[in-house]
Amino acid sequence: MPSLLAQSESLFANLDSVLFVGLPYAAIVLFLYATIRRYVSSKFGYSSLSSQFLENKKLFYASAPWHFGIIALFFGHLIGFLIPREILWWNSVPARLYVIELSALIFAILALVGLVNALHRRATSSRIRVVTSKMDVVILILLLIQVVDGIWIALFHRWGSSWFAGIMAPYLWSLFKFSPDISAVKEMPFAIKLHVVGAFVILGVFPFTRLVHMLVLPLSYMWRRPQQVIWNRDRRTTKS
Amino acid sequence: MDVRAQVSMVFHLDKCIGCHTCSISCKNIWTDRRGTEYMWFNNVETKPGTGYPTQWENQDKYKGGWEVKGSSLKLKSTSKAKYLPNIFHHPHMPTMDDYYEPWTYRYDNLFNAPAGDDQPIARAVSMVTGEPMEIKAGPNWDDDLGGSPIYASNDVNLKGLPEETRQQLNALERLVFFYFPRICNHCLNPACVASCPSGALYKRGEDGIVLINQKVCRAWRSCVAACPYKKTYFNWSTGKSEKCLLCYPRLETGQAPACFHSCVGRIRYLGLLFYDADRIKEVAALPDDKIVEGQRDLILDPFDPEVIAGAKKNGMSDEFIEYAQRSPVYKFVKVWKIALPPHLEYRTMPMLFYVPPLLPVLGSTDNNIYSNKTKPEDVFHKFDEMRIPMEYMANIFSVGKVDLMKYTLKKLMAVRVFKRAQTVGDIEMATALETLHAADTTEEEAEAIYRMTSLPTFSQRFVIPPLHREMAVEAYKDPADFKKSVGFGFTEAPKRGL
Repeated sequence: MPSLLAQSESLFANLDSVLFVGLPYAAIVLFLYATIRRYVSSKFGYSSLSSQFLENKKLFYASAPWHFGIIALFFGHLIGFLIPREILWWNSVPARLYVIELSALIFAILALVGLVNALHRRATSSRIRVVTSKMDVVILILLLIQVVDGIWIALFHRWGSSWFAGIMAPYLWSLFKFSPDISAVKEMPFAIKLHVVGAFVILGVFPFTRLVHMLVLPLSYMWRRPQQVIWNRDRRTTKS
Repeated sequence: MDVRAQVSMVFHLDKCIGCHTCSISCKNIWTDRRGTEYMWFNNVETKPGTGYPTQWENQDKYKGGWEVKGSSLKLKSTSKAKYLPNIFHHPHMPTMDDYYEPWTYRYDNLFNAPAGDDQPIARAVSMVTGEPMEIKAGPNWDDDLGGSPIYASNDVNLKGLPEETRQQLNALERLVFFYFPRICNHCLNPACVASCPSGALYKRGEDGIVLINQKVCRAWRSCVAACPYKKTYFNWSTGKSEKCLLCYPRLETGQAPACFHSCVGRIRYLGLLFYDADRIKEVAALPDDKIVEGQRDLILDPFDPEVIAGAKKNGMSDEFIEYAQRSPVYKFVKVWKIALPPHLEYRTMPMLFYVPPLLPVLGSTDNNIYSNKTKPEDVFHKFDEMRIPMEYMANIFSVGKVDLMKYTLKKLMAVRVFKRAQTVGDIEMATALETLHAADTTEEEAEAIYRMTSLPTFSQRFVIPPLHREMAVEAYKDPADFKKSVGFGFTEAPKRGL
């Protein structure tokens, strides 16, 4: 906490502080507050809002690659954040590094293909345009920028899996420990800075988009009994 | 034994005139909103025909219902291993093109068109996009098109019939069709409930009505694919699935569901059935040739003291049990055995039963001209000459078992012969009684079937149990809490999410 106070003086004078300290905390607070509030006050709106019923074929080439790609990338980033030391150890052998980098790139390209197809589908199918909201377009474009930028970083700022463990993971941890340290991240190239800012912008708008569907991923189906019976009254007490 | 109650239904197909009043009364109440235009919780199909959505009975295409794998039942459309990888794109989800694109007409053009040489017209416009469209299909596109090479010939239930028989169905002299009204079957082993990843679908314990919780539904679309009858529909506007709710707000206030109430032919009966919930799994996995009798066996006798004790143990009141004893559905299904479930081979244990149609009345050929002067003593020898092939009927109502279908039709025919002997007198009573005996029925039963079929009053057709909803909910919650809300305790406007 003390270091946060120490930096607060220059918070708004310094763009880097705004982008890498202010924005992340604002985004996290907004994410938590708005997501919970929306879940409590309007459960009806929590939906994946699938449009498969209106258009089926193009959806497959958009939704499937996007989801498989982005889920792999999400967990890749998460693992780098959680166990940076182990990632660095893994990457100490070049062959293993190439495996990680190449598979990450493939998933990123899958995600990009999915996104482009999704945008194309929303633009060309008249039925889909009817169910496209402004936020759908906003989030698609934000994700497109993020993914293209990610691929750019993977190609021109190698090797991401190693320097992420060395620079980004400590930065993110410093945010979580409430003693933000941006000394390393503010020296990063523009593409990487954009990726960090993009990530927190997406986190901030998350509760105002259809992305909330990932929070209600129905995992409990895996251990649920097939049939569900709900009684309005206590079935063991006889009413006469 | 776990005695539970099910609000069940019987549709007497001989009485259905295909007027679609049921469909309209339902639509006016439940599905006249944006996103629900294409939903028909109740629809009336012409059989032979392709139905709604097109060829819904083709489970090779739609993958609805259950199948027995080894010793256990598995859903055809999804599983605990497949549902997550398939959640991004459901491989068996029907699309709007399997139903139809709803449309309206630009009526305002008839009034506002500028003066010109031609009559103004009202063009068809899509109710989804608002753009002009060519109408290619509708909810009831093959209405009355029995014998049609496009629709009737592609009826899935004609499978296994010899080519000759199929051809005869298209011949003008032998052309035949009947109406097949359908609502949700409120199954005992519902595939929609079992498939829902969110657990939004459930069966009500007290009356067995299957519902979708609109606040829990997340548009994973599994129910639409899993229901073999295609009676869960996806609301493309709100992104939630919806289905027939058996008008439960009406039932809870002692009124018949809208489609029942408005039925012009009075073909519909509603009442309780008691069943043994412990044995559902076992019966649903029975082989095809045993499952129809198996389901009948699952239904319990509400007069049996053991069953009554079981019902009381599960919280049913004496009054409720008395309603089950008066149920017309119990008589049709279990006592008279003349009502059969649709497509039990899907193994969802539907609780809507059909009295199969006798029409057209048995006939014979006289100099190659069709005549209906069949003598009563010939009645039972003529089943093979019925215009509608017995195998076809059996494919719909008795999992292909022709003997069950014949049993039902014989009894229905015997009742007619008996009543004709009684009222017209051109048939010897002795012959009529012989006919009754051969059809495994008695004078008393024939009279009862006749009365329940031809002369039932409103309250005999609909024996609506006292659901005591007021005791279940209002005793604990203040109804004023929900005043000015959207109804049914739903306090949030059903608007599409962000």
